Amino acid sequence: MRLEDYNPMKNEMYQVLDPAGKIVLEKDVPELDDEQLKYLYKTMLYTRTIDEKALSYQRQGRMLTYAPNLGQEAAQVGSAYTMKKEDWMAPAFRELGAWLVRGVPLKNIYLYWYGNEWGSHMPEGVKVLPISVPIASQMQHATGIGMANNIKKEKNVVLTYVGDGGTSHGDFHEALNFASVFKSPVVFIVQNNQYAISTSRKIQTMSENIALKASAYAIPGILVDGNDIFAMYNATKAAVERARNGEGPTLIEAYTYRLGAHTTSDDPTKYREDAEVEEWSKKDPLLRFGEYLKEKEVIDDSWIDETKKELEKEVKSTFESIEDKSDTELEDIFKYHYEEMPAQLQDQLDEYRSFLEGGK
Amino acid sequence: MANTLSIIQAINQALMNEMKNDDTVVVYGEDVGIEGGVFRATVDLQKTYGKERAFDTPLAESAIVGTAVGMAINGLKPVVEMQFSGFSYPAFNQIISHVARMRNRSRGQYNLPLVIRAPYGGGIRALEHHSESTEALYAQIPGLKVVIPSTPYDAKGLLIAAIRDPDPVLFWEPKRIYRAFKQEIPEEAYEIPLGKAKVLQEGEDITIVAWGAMVPDVQKAVKMVEEKGISAEVIDLRTIAPMDRESFIESVKKTGRILVVHEAPKTLGVGSEIISIVNEKAFLYLEAPPTRLTGFDTTFPLPRGEKHYIPSPDRIAKTIQDIVNY
Repeated sequence: MRLEDYNPMKNEMYQVLDPAGKIVLEKDVPELDDEQLKYLYKTMLYTRTIDEKALSYQRQGRMLTYAPNLGQEAAQVGSAYTMKKEDWMAPAFRELGAWLVRGVPLKNIYLYWYGNEWGSHMPEGVKVLPISVPIASQMQHATGIGMANNIKKEKNVVLTYVGDGGTSHGDFHEALNFASVFKSPVVFIVQNNQYAISTSRKIQTMSENIALKASAYAIPGILVDGNDIFAMYNATKAAVERARNGEGPTLIEAYTYRLGAHTTSDDPTKYREDAEVEEWSKKDPLLRFGEYLKEKEVIDDSWIDETKKELEKEVKSTFESIEDKSDTELEDIFKYHYEEMPAQLQDQLDEYRSFLEGGK
Repeated sequence: MANTLSIIQAINQALMNEMKNDDTVVVYGEDVGIEGGVFRATVDLQKTYGKERAFDTPLAESAIVGTAVGMAINGLKPVVEMQFSGFSYPAFNQIISHVARMRNRSRGQYNLPLVIRAPYGGGIRALEHHSESTEALYAQIPGLKVVIPSTPYDAKGLLIAAIRDPDPVLFWEPKRIYRAFKQEIPEEAYEIPLGKAKVLQEGEDITIVAWGAMVPDVQKAVKMVEEKGISAEVIDLRTIAPMDRESFIESVKKTGRILVVHEAPKTLGVGSEIISIVNEKAFLYLEAPPTRLTGFDTTFPLPRGEKHYIPSPDRIAKTIQDIVNY
């Protein structure tokens, strides 16, 4: 596909697979074999299973605050699947599908949400930065990583994510501007899930869409059906190729919908109508991809059932492997602030330790 | 080989040395390239090391610091400039939320060997927002180091140590004395360890702790009171965080008195911390109340009022006598 064929100024949206699971753009069906297609579907299903289980654990009081990805699986999995192992990813905090594709183990993900920093310490070779809570701030890191690539003459690229709310931030503007000026090899993905907690996308910006903002930075911007895994994969792939060829950054708006809550701490029925959620449920990315794959006889219902059961088992055993076993080591709270622990910090640790020992 | 340099020249030489010694050192910020910095700290870096390693950026402090985070993660050692410390606030989120936290957040996976340089402090008849002393704002944040030199020799050695340090360092430069005096210093690279204060002068009656541009003013005041028979021990703190506590604790145990002089406002300033430490660690040695002489808890005045703000040598001398005669 060619990014420039879709003009965000005219609100043109790129779509390959429609909500019914029908191909609407035959020439753009990606050349992926059955194993790859199954992997993509399975990863989306894995994402959803991890969410469902986390929400259930949270309701049982076994998990802390959790940010679900329900409805955004295609935007995450499809985009991240374009990356090579040596590429970088700078996430926000709602990119579960992308983390899984990039090789972040579920154990890390659950450990993070369970409240232990070791969740953000990635296995060797997994070039995914820790979750970044301050909105849009990670876009600057992605830009800097890319600038360093240019200086070091390295060809790897950077994928970073932000939400629709994040596009109101100064860091969104600054990062796009720097990335453009320095031709930083970054693909910026805006997961426009229509809400920043309770605030509708409609009042984040008066722009008709977010992709058109790219024109202010003289970089390509494209509006993509974020619930269409093929469209997300193709558009990101094109943007990644541009970046790898030294042509600079691209802004992709993944037009999607957060079917669940912002986090387990909010109640979306307070700020949106059930009818709206129902309408978007029909556009569920898993549903349409499943229909397509069944139609193509790549998978069938019994494969889905079996896979789902297998994933549920894995999620359950992973959660149980960390549950009640993940309290932070006292020394860990202190020892990672500097390469060498300053004397005042050592004193505070020693004092507290002696209090704990004296209390026994 | 030695050369005789001012603080600003010593900073420039430190950057030159480290860019030569280490290909991963890159220097950027607003006007640091072609112009060589508004104070000339980065002059000739671009000419010598090229536009890829010494360059101008769009005018956006958050991006300057935020991209430095990314660069440091990706194997470079960025040394970025905030044109004035008073312009660092747009980058506050990046500094507080990421620069300071990345090592801890990733449990040691990503340390950030970066330096943020900024001229700070008043007394140069500048516009609004060009005169503040903000070291305490940053010194309270776990994960940051805050360094302030007061001489050309220290400026060069501390900056080189900061660039080589595996952790992020805020290097706040006392612009009032950028060109106040010169000193003979080695042309080649050398390090002065971070986190170590320096006893500039030994004395018996009172310990005076200062840093940055207040150091020469303290030295002037000490000369004045020497004539009155007062022997002062002067400590240049040099690193604000993490602080060299032993330097002044040991000194107070000898002198029994302490005065902290800083340009920043009094309330919750670095002086408050130093005095708390003295109270905790040397309480029984005290012969007079530990005292702060500082800027006021006011906005730094525009030039027609600034002479009142920064503690003058006369005022420092008077305060020293008050404490010794308590």
